[in-house]
Amino acid sequence: MNISIAIDGVPQDTAPSASEAGPAPKRVVVAYGFWIFLLSDIIMFAALFASYAVLVHATAGGPTGAQLFNQKTVAIETACLLASSYTCGLMSLAINSRRYFRTYLGALITFALGVAFLALEIREFASMIAIGATPQRSAFLSAFFTLVGCHGLHVTLGLIWLAVMMVQVAVTGLDATVQRRLLCFALFWHALDIVWVGVFTVVYLMGVSP
Amino acid sequence: MNLLGKLDWNAIPLHQPIIMGATAFMALVVVAVLGFITMKGAWLYLWREWLTSVDHKRIGVMYCVLALVMLLRGFSDAIMMRAQQAVAAGGAQGYLPPEHFDQIFSAHGTIMIFFMAMPFVVGIMNFVVPLQLGVRDVAFPTLNSVSFWLTASGALLINLSLAIGEFSKAGWWGYPPLSELQFSPGVGVDYYLWSLQISGLGTLLAGINFVTTILKLRAPGMSYMRMPVFCWTALATNLLIVAAFPVLTAVLAMLLLDRYLGFHFFTNDAGGNQMLYANLFWVWGHPEVYILVLPAFGIFSEVVPTFSGKPLFGYRSMVAATMAICILSFLVWLHHFFTMGASANVNGFFGVMSMIIALPTGAKIFNWLFTMYGGRVRFSVPVLWSIGFMVTFVIGGMTGVLQAVPPADFQLHNSVFLIAHFHNVIIGGVVFGLMAGYNYWFPKAFGFKLDERWGKAAFWCWFVGFYIAFMPLYLLGLMGMTRRMQHYADPAWQPWLVVAMVGTVIILGGIVCQIIQLVVSIRARDKLRVTADPWNGRTLEWATTSPPPAWNFAIQPRVSGRDALWSSKQRALATKDEAPARVYEPIEIPRNTATGFVTAFFAVVIGFAMIWHIWWMAGFGVLGAFVTLLVFAFRRRREIEVPADQIARFDLAHQAGAAA
Repeated sequence: MNISIAIDGVPQDTAPSASEAGPAPKRVVVAYGFWIFLLSDIIMFAALFASYAVLVHATAGGPTGAQLFNQKTVAIETACLLASSYTCGLMSLAINSRRYFRTYLGALITFALGVAFLALEIREFASMIAIGATPQRSAFLSAFFTLVGCHGLHVTLGLIWLAVMMVQVAVTGLDATVQRRLLCFALFWHALDIVWVGVFTVVYLMGVSP
Repeated sequence: MNLLGKLDWNAIPLHQPIIMGATAFMALVVVAVLGFITMKGAWLYLWREWLTSVDHKRIGVMYCVLALVMLLRGFSDAIMMRAQQAVAAGGAQGYLPPEHFDQIFSAHGTIMIFFMAMPFVVGIMNFVVPLQLGVRDVAFPTLNSVSFWLTASGALLINLSLAIGEFSKAGWWGYPPLSELQFSPGVGVDYYLWSLQISGLGTLLAGINFVTTILKLRAPGMSYMRMPVFCWTALATNLLIVAAFPVLTAVLAMLLLDRYLGFHFFTNDAGGNQMLYANLFWVWGHPEVYILVLPAFGIFSEVVPTFSGKPLFGYRSMVAATMAICILSFLVWLHHFFTMGASANVNGFFGVMSMIIALPTGAKIFNWLFTMYGGRVRFSVPVLWSIGFMVTFVIGGMTGVLQAVPPADFQLHNSVFLIAHFHNVIIGGVVFGLMAGYNYWFPKAFGFKLDERWGKAAFWCWFVGFYIAFMPLYLLGLMGMTRRMQHYADPAWQPWLVVAMVGTVIILGGIVCQIIQLVVSIRARDKLRVTADPWNGRTLEWATTSPPPAWNFAIQPRVSGRDALWSSKQRALATKDEAPARVYEPIEIPRNTATGFVTAFFAVVIGFAMIWHIWWMAGFGVLGAFVTLLVFAFRRRREIEVPADQIARFDLAHQAGAAA
C-alpha cells in the first residue's frame, strides 16, 4: 500500500503563510544557520564574561585592572575594530553589486584594520607579561587573558577566513556559493564587534572606574 | 626535549591484568570486525556508501551503531562496579583497586552520557526528523557528517585511554580541584577533557544543523502547529544544545588552560574558584538532562498514538509543555549543589523551580495516558517500552521532586539515593524511549521488522532488572551509603548490593536478548520484510519506502493538517478516488565527501597529541584539519542530480512491489 500524499485539498489561489511556504532558499538557510552558530558563540563568550565577573576581584595580591589597563591603546584598538566593521559593510555592498575592485579594496582595508587591532592587543599583552602580570599570576588575570584572548583568537580566525575568501573570489569569481560565504563572514565580523563592545565595557571601562 | 612528549612504554598498563584483559578483548573484537569486512570484500562499499555518506539516514544509523557499541562498553563498567560493591564489604577490598575503580565510575558516566545516550538521541533525530518534515535532507549535509565523525573521534579517544595511559579518576563531571594538575597529574583528566571537547564540538554543530533544518526546511504546508511532536521535541533539544554546549566548551577550556598553562580559574591558590566550575558545568549539565529526555518524550508521543490508533491527546499542551521544559531547564542548575552554601533564598528559588519543572512533565504523562484511553492499543514492543517508561519515570520523577527540597537534599546529597534517582529517570526515561524508538523505526531504516518475541523478552529483562538493580540503592541511600565507594565497612549494606548485582545481571540478560533479537531478525529478514507503512503510521516518514531512497520522497509531500499521512489515508478511503498522476522531477542530492572522516582523523591526532604533550603532532593535526577545510571549500562539484526517470522507475517499481 503506497499512499499518495502529493495533492491535498489546498486551494491553489490562497497564498500559504510563511510557516507553510516549504523549504527556504539556500541563501536564507545558510545565513540562518550561521546566525544560530553566532548565537552559540556569543553564549560561549557569555560564560567567559561570567567567569571574568566572578574572578575580577580575585587578584591574589597582584595587579588590578585599574593598574594595568591603558585606555589610550584600548581606544585606538576599538576605533580600528569598529572602522573595520564599516569597511566590511562597504565590501558587502560591493559584493552585492558585483564590483570586484571595490570588493578587494574593502577586504584589504578590513584586513589591515584587523591586523592593526591584533598588533595593538598583542603589544598590550606583551607589556603586561613583561611586568609580571601574566595569566599565571592570579585568577583575575587568567580570566582577563582568556576572555580578551578568545576574542583575539576569533579576530585571527576571521582574518584567515577573509584571506581565503579573497583567494576564492579570485579563483571562482563571485558565484552564489562564494557570495553566501562572504555573507557569513560579514555576519561573523560584525558579531566580533558586538562582543568587543561588551569587552570594552565590562573589562576596560568598568575595570578603571573607581 | 622528548619527541613523543609524555608517551613511553610505561603508558601501557602491562602490570594490570584486568585492564590488559579488557584491552585484549577489545582488540580482538576490532580485529574480528575488520577481518569480517575484509573477508566480505566490503571495504570499498563501506567507504563509498557509509563512511563518506552525507545522507542523514545513513549518518543516523551510524550514530545509533556507535551508541549501541558504547552501551556495551559502558555497561561492562557498570557490571564491574556492581560486582565490586557486592563483595567489598567489611574488611574485604574486592577485586578492583581504588585507582582502577575510580577510573571505572568516571568512564561509566562519561561514556553513558556522551557516547551512548547522546549519539543514540542524535542518531534517531538524524534519521527521523527530515523524513517527518517531508524534506530531502538536513540543512547542512556535510556538516552533519563532520558532526558524526567528531563524536566518533571522542569515543575513540576515550577507548584509547583503556590501552594507553589511564582515564580520569575525577568522576564524569571532573570537579576541580581534584581534576587539577596538582591532584591529577596523569593523563586521565586530559583524555576526559579532549574527548569531550571534540565530541562536544560535533554535538554543537549537529544542534545548529537541526535548529536550522526544523525552522527553515519543512514540506510545503507544514506549519509549526502541524509538525509531529517528535520534531517539536527535537527542536527543543537542539535549541538546548545550541544554548548549553558552548558553556561546556568554555568551562572545559578553562580547566584545560589551568592544566596546560598554569592558569588559576579553579585552583586552590591565586584566587581560583572551584564553585565557578560547578556552576558553569551544571548550567550545561541540567539542560543536558533535558537534551536527552525530550527526544524520548517525542518518541513516546509518536509511538503511543500510532499503536492506540488515535491522534495524540492534547497536541497543543504537549507542544507547550515541551517548550516550557526547554526554558525552565535553564533555571534549575543549582539543585545539583544545594550544599554549596548559597543563601536560603537562592536555594529556595532553585528548589521551587525544580518542583515547577515537574508540572509540564506531569502534563505529558497525562496526555499519553489519555491518548491510550479508549484506543485500541496494540501491545507491540515499542508500546511495552512506553508503558514501562510511564510507570518507571513517574517514580523517578517523584524521587526527584523530593530532592528539590533543599533540606531533604542536604541529607540525600552524594548518596546512592541520588544514583538511584537519576538512573531511574535516565534508564526509565531516556533508555526506554530510545529502545522504543529503535524498535519503532528499525523497519523504516532497514525494510524489515525486529523479532517481536525476543524484543519482548529484552523489554521484560530490562524492566524487571532495572527495579531489582536500583530500588535497593534508594534504601541504601537512606541508610547512609555515599556514592563511588570502592569498599565499605557496614556489612548491613551488603545484601542489598548483592540484590542490585542480581538486577544488573538481569539487565545483562536484556542486552543479550537484544543482540539475539538483532541477529535473529537479520537472518529471518525475508519473512519480516515490510512495506512503507508497517505500523499503520500517522506521520510522513511512513509515506516513503522502507528503507527510503537517497532522495527520501519521489514527489515533494504537501501537508494540509496534523498527522499528515493519517489524514491523507483517511481521505483516500473516504473518496476511493484514483491517486492523481505522479509527476516526477529531477532531484539534486549532495555528493558524498570524505571531509567528515578526514577532519575526524585529524581531530583524533590533535586530541591524542595534546593529551601526551606531543606538540609537533598537534601542529600537524591542526594543519591537516585546515587543509581539509580548504579542499572542501575549493571543490567544484558539490551536487549530483538524480534524473527524473530514475526516480520514476524506483517509485513505480516500489508501488508495484507494495501492491503485490
